[in-house]
Parts: sequence; C-alpha cells; structure tokens
Amino acid sequence: MNSYKLKYFKYNTHCLLISWPETIDEKIFNDVNQFKVVIESSAGNILEVRSSYCSLLVIFDKEIQDIDKIESNLNNLYLSREHLSKTDRFLWSIPVCYEKSFALDIDFISKQNKISNNEIIKTHIDSVYSVYLIGFLPGFLYLGSVDKKLKIPRKKQPRLRVPRGAVAIADQQTGIYPQDSPGGWNVLGNTPINLFDKFKVEPCFAKPGDKVKFFSISEAQYKLIEKEVEFGLYELKKELIND
Amino acid sequence: MIKVIDPGFYSSIQDLGRFGAQNFGVPISGSMDQFSADIANKVIGNDSSEALIELTMTGCSLKFENDTAIAITGSDMSPKLNGLSIDMYSPIEVKYGDTLSFGRIKYGFRTYIAFRGGVNSERVMDSKSMYVGLTKNFKINKNDEIYLNESKPSLNKKYKASLKKLILSDEIECYKGPEYSKLTTQNKEELLSTQFLISNNHNRMGYVLDQKIKNTIKPIITSHVMPGTVQLTPGGDIIILMRDSQTTGGYPRVLQLTNKGIDFVAQKGTSSLIRFLIKN
Repeated sequence: MNSYKLKYFKYNTHCLLISWPETIDEKIFNDVNQFKVVIESSAGNILEVRSSYCSLLVIFDKEIQDIDKIESNLNNLYLSREHLSKTDRFLWSIPVCYEKSFALDIDFISKQNKISNNEIIKTHIDSVYSVYLIGFLPGFLYLGSVDKKLKIPRKKQPRLRVPRGAVAIADQQTGIYPQDSPGGWNVLGNTPINLFDKFKVEPCFAKPGDKVKFFSISEAQYKLIEKEVEFGLYELKKELIND
Repeated sequence: MIKVIDPGFYSSIQDLGRFGAQNFGVPISGSMDQFSADIANKVIGNDSSEALIELTMTGCSLKFENDTAIAITGSDMSPKLNGLSIDMYSPIEVKYGDTLSFGRIKYGFRTYIAFRGGVNSERVMDSKSMYVGLTKNFKINKNDEIYLNESKPSLNKKYKASLKKLILSDEIECYKGPEYSKLTTQNKEELLSTQFLISNNHNRMGYVLDQKIKNTIKPIITSHVMPGTVQLTPGGDIIILMRDSQTTGGYPRVLQLTNKGIDFVAQKGTSSLIRFLIKN
C-alpha cells in the first residue's frame, strides 16, 4: 500500500496536526480519511480526529507529554495499516435553482471567464463533486473539483450577507452556504434543502468521501421543494457508490 | 427568573463550549475569558460547567424576580445592586425585586455574572453557549427572561482582588504555529517584537490587529484552525481567532495562543496593546 511521508506538528497542549504532501488529490484525501478511521479505532486517549484535504487534527483527552513517543506510535500505526473495508458512501443529488434572482454572480463569471450563462450552469451540473470537508460554517460542504472553465478567485470584497442555500464557487471549489453569512464566494444559484439539522446526531446528510451532483430546478419547483422541506416531506435522492 | 431591562452592547449566555461537532463545521464557542468565567462559578459554588452571562464592553441591567446569589468577575464595569456599588470576586446575595446595573468600565473588556445554580437555558448539541443559527438567539435581548437552575448553597469562597492583574497583561503567550517556520527571519522578528494594537474589527470570532506585516507565505490548502490560531492573510493582516472561530481556514497559521493567551486577548478592546511571547 502506497504510504506518504507524514509530518507531525504539536499544535497546542492537546492537539497534534498530521500533514500529508500539500495538494488536493483524491488519493491523498482517501489516505487521510482511511488513517482517520484507523486512529479512531485503535489509539487510546483520543477525544476526536478531524480531517481536511491533506491533514488530520488529533485531539487528545490529556496534555501531550512525550511527543516523540506519540509520533512514533502513530507512524507505526500508519505504516502497518491495512486496506479497510470501505464504509458505505453515497452520491447525493441536490436541486439548485440557477435563475437570475438567485444567480447573483453569474453575469460576472460569464464576463470574467468568457462563457455564456447557460454553459456555466451546464458545466456546474455536469461534474460529480467529492465532499472534501465540512467547515467554515455548521454544515458548509467543501466540494471539488470545479471544471477549469469556471475557475474564478474569491471576491476581493466579500459580500456582507450571502443568503442561506446559496450555491457558490471559488477557485476550484464549490460549496453551499447553510445559513446567511458574510462570504467571498461567487454565487451561481440557490438550493431549498436543509444543510444542517442541529437535532440530529449526524447533523449533515453528507460526510467527507461522499459525492454530490447538482440538478437544475425552476423557481416554481424551488418554492414547492422549499415547502416540502419545511414540512419534512422532501427526501434527497441518494445512490450507493460502488467502486 | 431574571428580567433583562437592558442587555448592554453585546451580552450572551456561555458555558465551557460545544465539543465533538467540529467535524460538521460547528465552532467550539464558550466563555471568551475562561479563567474569569471559571472563577465566577467557583465563587458562587457552581460547577465550572454551569452557564453564565458574558458582558462585552458595557454592562447590562437585570431585574431579579427571585432570591439568588451572584458573583461578578473579569472586567470591572462598576457593578451596582439597587444603585449601590458591590464587590467583584465575592458572592453577593440578591433578593426579589433587586436590580443589578453597571457603570463606567475601569479595566478589561468582558465581565462574567454567575448565578447560584447556573443559568437554565436552551441546550443545543450539548452546550448552552449562544451561537448564530444554533441557539434561538445569539445574544441576550431586551425583555428576555433568564431562568436559573435550582440553587445549591454557596461556598462563599472569597477571592482576592489582586486577581484582576492576571487578566490585564499585554504579553500574550503562544506557541509556534504550523506555518511559522515558513516565515522569513525578518517576519519572525517583526511578529515577536512589534507592540500590536487591536483594531476596531474584533468580536467573539476573531480579533484583527492594526499593523500589517509583509507576508511572503502563500495561502495553504484549507486545513484546521481553532481558537487561538493566529492567521496571516495575503494582505499582511494578522487575525487572532477566538472562541467562535470557524473550524477550517486557508491562511497560513503563524502562531497558536495558549488558553491563557486567548483569555488575555478576550479582555482587550480597540486600541489595546499586545505582544506575542513564544513559550517553549
């Protein structure tokens, strides 16, 4: 099994940061998440393990004393890890209304990237995205990678209020704002679905490693789904991924 | 029950914070100055985990509709009961009909009011700490009614007033951050020798400093941040992430404050001076 050279860094009294080569890469990302599961199921004194694109944050339940020993234990664990049977992963289909009233930045992207509005929407819908992490806001999914034709930097001047449900892009990432928030990503559309349910043990429907694709809905369908979501009647379409 | 006559500039209910949901992007939250909050609970005989009120920059005005006891710690905002000055860091008995108010701010930036038994409010994802989108309100509003848990007898511990000095240091203890080693020697020197001024852009999520330093490090691929992480933006701004910090970020993480360092920053307002001091 292919192993990477990992770097260990004591972040504070209780936290250790493990870093992989710094790049967005499906192989590295899968390795990060596999090692997360290995650590969670085999090492003691650990409160929580958080994953990102190419790093893990390991939070211990007491102060880190002997950093060298912890490092070598973790590295042995890493080198001796075996292929895990994969946990169930899903492909989620998310409805998005790309109509003008929601697509706040589509004209700007069109002008910047010299691409028609229709082609922007088609390009955004055509890709299947990986869920890399949940961060920034409760339930904000970082999805990648966006087609190069849509690659656009974050806004220089962030918006003070990006509306809840906004589907937006920045660099080669796309994401959905789970609540009203200031934000610098370029907004393409809006989804009526709920991204975060504080009453559930698993408050987000998707988890890192899952996939997401978008499909286009009209404003009328948006209003209908919005009502269904409100009454708990809307079910997101999901398919089990076999690979 | 306690009736909020005037909530003050920004007051909220806080406890030790919300743990275990950071993988879903949920901030930890909790009292900004944990040291002062903890003492307030101890003085009144509560567990450290009890929820209390955090005041920011200005005091509030509360009317009590039952007998209880309170303890006030942190910033000295000249607390008064029925118009008469009361001590901080010691338990104060209050009666039905009493009014707690505050006057001039003498030092610090955040005050804690602990109530005997603790605040009994909405618990979301195992914490009462208020946060936008999670709790019904993200701050205390006028006419809110605050309920308390059943009282336990107060321990009547008396803490000395000299504790105030502890929160006023301008030396902010920290460790090297994950990207510290990428800084140039000149950058490092600048970061550690400059007396930084707190800008007017600061809140429970983060503090932006007034001076910039020339940044030569590229943004990183989105990775983990936490309360106390010091970020350096491409424009050279220095941001200290605080208790309501987001869970991930893409700016280089040059320093990491100790918990004590975060507590000290929480007692600073606009134009306060700070200096970073690396602890080995």
